[in-house]
This record gives sequence, C-alpha cells and structure tokens, in this order.
Amino acid sequence: MTISLDNSKEGETKSLQPKGWLRYFSFSLDHKVIGLQYLVCGFIFYLIGGLLASAIRIELTSPLSDFLPRDVYNQVLTLHGTIMIFLWIVPVVNGAFGNYLIPFYVGARDMAFPRLNAVAFWLIPPSGLLLISSYFITGAAQSGWTAYPPLSITTPAAGQMIWILSVLLLGGSSIFGGINFIATILKLRRPGLKLMQLPMYCWAMLGTSILIVLSTPVLAGTLVLLSFDIVAHTGFFNPSLGGNVVVYQHLFWFYSHPAVYIMVLPAFGLVSEILPVHCRKPLFGYTTMVYSIMAIVVLGFVVWAHHMFTSGTPPWMRLFFTIATSFIAVPTGIKFFNWVATLWGGRISLNSAVLFSCGFIVNFVLGGITGVALAQVPFDVHVHDTYFVVAHFHYIVYGGSVFVIFSSIYHWYPKVTGRMLNEDLGRFHFALTFIGFNLCFAPQHWLGLNGMPRRVAEYDPQFTFVNQLSSVGALIMAISILPFLWNIIQSTFRGPVSGNNPWNALTPEWLTSSPPPIENWIGPPPLVKEPYGYGRNNKDSNEITTDT
Amino acid sequence: MTTLPQIDQDQEVRTSQEEHHEDFRMFGLATFLIADGMTFAGFFAAYLTYKAVNPLLPDAVYELELPLPTLNTILLLVSSATFHKAGTALKIDDSKNCRKWLLITALLGLAFLISQMVEYFTLPFGLTDNLYASTFYALTGFHGLHVTLGALMISIIWWQTRSPGGRVNSHNQFPLEATELYWHFVDGIWVILFIILYLL
Repeated sequence: MTISLDNSKEGETKSLQPKGWLRYFSFSLDHKVIGLQYLVCGFIFYLIGGLLASAIRIELTSPLSDFLPRDVYNQVLTLHGTIMIFLWIVPVVNGAFGNYLIPFYVGARDMAFPRLNAVAFWLIPPSGLLLISSYFITGAAQSGWTAYPPLSITTPAAGQMIWILSVLLLGGSSIFGGINFIATILKLRRPGLKLMQLPMYCWAMLGTSILIVLSTPVLAGTLVLLSFDIVAHTGFFNPSLGGNVVVYQHLFWFYSHPAVYIMVLPAFGLVSEILPVHCRKPLFGYTTMVYSIMAIVVLGFVVWAHHMFTSGTPPWMRLFFTIATSFIAVPTGIKFFNWVATLWGGRISLNSAVLFSCGFIVNFVLGGITGVALAQVPFDVHVHDTYFVVAHFHYIVYGGSVFVIFSSIYHWYPKVTGRMLNEDLGRFHFALTFIGFNLCFAPQHWLGLNGMPRRVAEYDPQFTFVNQLSSVGALIMAISILPFLWNIIQSTFRGPVSGNNPWNALTPEWLTSSPPPIENWIGPPPLVKEPYGYGRNNKDSNEITTDT
Repeated sequence: MTTLPQIDQDQEVRTSQEEHHEDFRMFGLATFLIADGMTFAGFFAAYLTYKAVNPLLPDAVYELELPLPTLNTILLLVSSATFHKAGTALKIDDSKNCRKWLLITALLGLAFLISQMVEYFTLPFGLTDNLYASTFYALTGFHGLHVTLGALMISIIWWQTRSPGGRVNSHNQFPLEATELYWHFVDGIWVILFIILYLL
C-alpha cells in the first residue's frame, strides 16, 4: 500500500506554513524547524537550570544554610536535576539534532510522522512551564529528580504531583520521538542506502530510540503508581501500608539507568560525525562502533541495580550487577579508542567544534573511570549518596553530553544559518567552560571521598575551602555562557557567509544549500555510500581550509 | 574513485508531491504497542515482586473467584475473532457484514467492561485495603482503560464504515487495521493478566 505525501500544489504548500521567524512559533511540520524549536527551547531551560545550579553553588560557599532556606534548597536541586535531564539534555541530543540531521542522513525529506513529531515537541514547553510554575504556586517537589518514596510521599503533595504530571508529559514526548526515529531510520531510508552505510549518528539514535521505547513506559507506569500513593493513599511504595520502597527503586532505575545512555549515546553519535570532518580521516572502526552501540543498548537494560547497592540488595544481585556494569566499560572503551584513533595522524584543525569534542573525550574518560569504580560494591557502599557520585555523573552528562551539544552547535551552525561563528570567541568559550567545569567538579571527588553527603544545604565546616573552590568553578562556567550567547547572536546577523559546505564535509546534510531548502533537496536526495570517505583522493585532502 | 554523492543533474527536478513511499503507520503503531506493553510489563514485574517479597497477613488473603474473569477471557477472545471477521469483510468491500461484526465486537467489549464492573462491586476488598488489592485494581483498571478506549475506537470505526458517507472502506483500511491490531494487543495483555493475577 502506498500513500502520497502531499497532493496539494506548490503554492498551497507554502501558504500552509508561516515563513520567517513566525514559523518557529508555529505547529510546523518541517523537521528542520522542529529541530531548532527543540534546540532553542532546550537552551532556554538550560539557562534556567543553570541559574538554579548557581543558586546551589552560592548556597554551598558557606557551611550554613544562609542563602536559601532548607526546603527551598531541596526544591531548587529537584528542579535543577529535572530541568537539566528532561528539558535540556534529553530533548536536545535526541530531539534537536535528531530531527535536524536524521532525515538528511537517511535521504528523506522529513521524518516518518511529521505531525507526531510536532506533537512531541509541543508537549515540552507546557510541561516545562508546568514544572517551573509549581515553584511559584505551591512550592516545587522536594524529593530530587529520583522522587524516591517515602520522601516523595511525605513531602508536600501538590508540588510532587505537578512534578509527576510534568515528567509523564515529557516521557510521552520522548516516546513519540523515539517511535518516529525508529520508523524514519528503518523505514524511510532512501532506496539503495544500506544500514551499514548510515552515518554513525543514525545508529546512535536507533539505539537510543530502542532504549526510550522500551524503558520510558516503565517509568510512566511507576509514576502513576506513585501518584496513587500520594493522592489515593494506596500503599504500593509506602512501607507503613505494607508497600515496598525498593520496588520503586527497581522500576525507577529500569528507566533511569538507560536514561543515562539516552543522554550520552546520541552524544557519541554526534562526536563520531564531527571528528572525521575536522581530522580529514575516515571514522576509525565503523563496524565496531555500530556493534558497541548495540552492545551498550543491550547491556544498558541489565545494569540498573548498581544504583541500589545500599538498598538492601541481596549478594547475588550485587555480584551480577557489578559484573554487568563493568562489562559496559568494554563497548564504551572501544568507542573511546576509536575516537582517539580517528584523531591519530589526522590533519586536525583545532577549531571550537574539535576543541569541545576533545574536551568531551577527556571528561568522558574521567567520568567513565569513576563509573567503573562506582560499579564495584566495596567502593560504592562508601561513597554512595556523596559528592563523589555528583562529580561522576556531572562528568558524564555535562563533561560528556553538554560539551558535545556545544561542539555540535559550532559544527552545524553554518549549516543552519549559512553564516560562520567567530572562532576566537568560540575558543574563549571552550577555555572558560573546560576550566570552569573541571574546577567545579574535580574537587567534588575529594569531597565525596571524605564523606560529604549530597543533597544537603549544610555541611561540615572542614569542607568549606574545597566547596568554595568548586563554586569558583561554577562561576567561571556561568560566565562562559556569555561569549557563547554573544557569538550566536551577533553571528546570526553579522557572521561571514559560510557557503554551502564550509568544512568540506561528505555527510549528506552538507550536500545541499546552507540553510537547506524546505524539503532538504532540490531534486532527488543524494545517495551517500561513504559518509566518512575523507583523504581517499588527492583533491579532497589538498583543499582543506577549515579556519575562517 | 570519488566519494562524492552521485547526484543525477540531468534528471528533471522532482518534488515530494510525486514521491510515493510505503505506508509505515502500522509499523509506528506496532512500536507504540511495544512501548505500551512495557508499561504492563512494569506493572506485572511489580506485582510478582510484591508476591515474592511482601507476604500478606493471613486475614488479608483472598481467593479470587474464577467464573467471572473466565467469562471475561472468553468474551475478549471471541471479540478478537469477530474483529478479524470485520476486517476480512472490509477487504472484499462487504460493508454490511463488516458493520455487523464491528457492532458485535463493540458489544462484546462493552459486555467485558460491564462484567468487570460487576466483579469490582462484588469483590470483598477496596483499592486501599492492602497491597494486593491496590495492585489488583491498578492492573485490571489500567487494562480496563485500554478496553474502554478500544471500544470507543471500534464505535468510531463502525460509524465511519457506513455507506455512503463513511471514510473507512476497502480503499482506506488503515483505521480499521490499526484498531484491530490494538484490540488483539489488549486481548493478549488480558490473557497474560488473567494467568498472572487469577491463576498463579
């Protein structure tokens, strides 16, 4: 059975969608518009989440809770975690770049389900506003982004219920997006394009979407049960009514451990796109990259209980989850060495995109090493719920995913706008971010090893100096956003015109005009069988100019 | 050998209006149903874990009555068959029989819901009595929500297969096929639920 995409005439198609700036505020069905909607919306939430993080670091410059009252501190850290995960990293690494790039990569004119795509995006702003508004109406949730009962049952109910509703909406958006990506990658490929010829980001998004589709519904079901406990006073997770809090933890981490891969696998894919272009070398070990992504997807489902080593987990379970988690280091290590090998001997142009990608590799390997350490039960029981864990996951999600988001913005900005960003400002932004980030989070390893618990507004005065050091790092991180914002804003209007393919890239999105026309290609979509075929002919390797 | 894309410049410019592609809406629906099934899987896992690690007090143990849920199982299994008959009838444009079988399917779904409500009102426990009671109502209630949605969709399909004027016919079978897949899914979930909740 076949259906045609659109029967209307050219003129009518145009009139259906607003033009210019207005289309970014409309229910647009164009995957490029939706991608940018995701990106800008996510970035606004990133700024809000960053303000909340700043409030946390200001509070922690002194051992007493003098800047924020204790309950407000709990609300702030809950909002910070929820916003950064569900409204910034997940929508941006999946929704924003996925929507913009995947149709290009599979040689399509749009996503498989454009309307579902727009619905998935437009669920995000309302749920984000709902979440933030809870702070002003009733007080936000206070139980952290994990919402562990019995804490989430005993803290004020209204804020917690709004939190649950908001996360359910965002989960729905995520599932719709995942279904769309699976259908687009598997079913909408241009005829003649084989799976093993796809750019690596497609594989990363396929793996991520499988994780989303299989794990997010479990979180949704769990949160529905939790809301029954809060509203109807059932006892699913309430020990005083015969319930079991550990069941919540199992169900929650069955989603939320894969959620880490949902945040970081697309970042792996994006780095794999960026590095070959700027090193003028093929991506090293394409096949092993694909298999390691799929291995991470499979293993990602059987490691969740390593978050629960101190929850009375039986010894056999500790043993199993320690071993399974340690296994994850193998495919991740393969990817790490493949990136290093891609860089090795390449004609690297150290522009902002590459700097952020290399920053990602450095940070991610540090976060990966502490991750392997945390997987070991004897170590984990000592540092569980301390700042060591905070340092570890910020090395993964900030040092990993957020660095890649910035790298991707520097890489694809000319594609989206047709203009170049200022490289000096970009390098300055990188230097500030890298220094600020490491100054902020590296000392937290020490804090955790010395026993400072996380999620508490007050701490032992012996930790004061190191906390202040960390806060200085946070201040530098906060400042680092200014050159970035200035760069983006002024380049949009005054940046030098980039031409269609400023990086001489071979992946399909660069084989059309920059910015691309409304259905991606004038004429049939190109068939790109070797998206990483750099340096294979003299013409290509001699004409490399990546500096502006 | 060049690695640049092979763009056929001479080929006349084509726009998407002329491009046709396979209909993958059923694929999307199947993916969604896998996701939906994972919600049930989470509930089942929670129920089985409770059963294993949270023993009830002796006075809170109920033996669930089997006749009514067995009747419910039969109702749903028969309704799957009648829906299939409706789909077969639509393929040969037999609108009259298609509508007849759709109506029977919707009525069977309604009968299931009524029978479920009867069971709810005759059970000796309420939602918040204990952990098993809560899990029982959460599982059957979530499934009942699916049946309700399915019965509503079947009613809409029934209205849309009217001729003349209906939108669903042998040229546009997707709405009926999609609802049919969903209905089989809901039936399948019920069979698992029946085994886990009533028989185990």
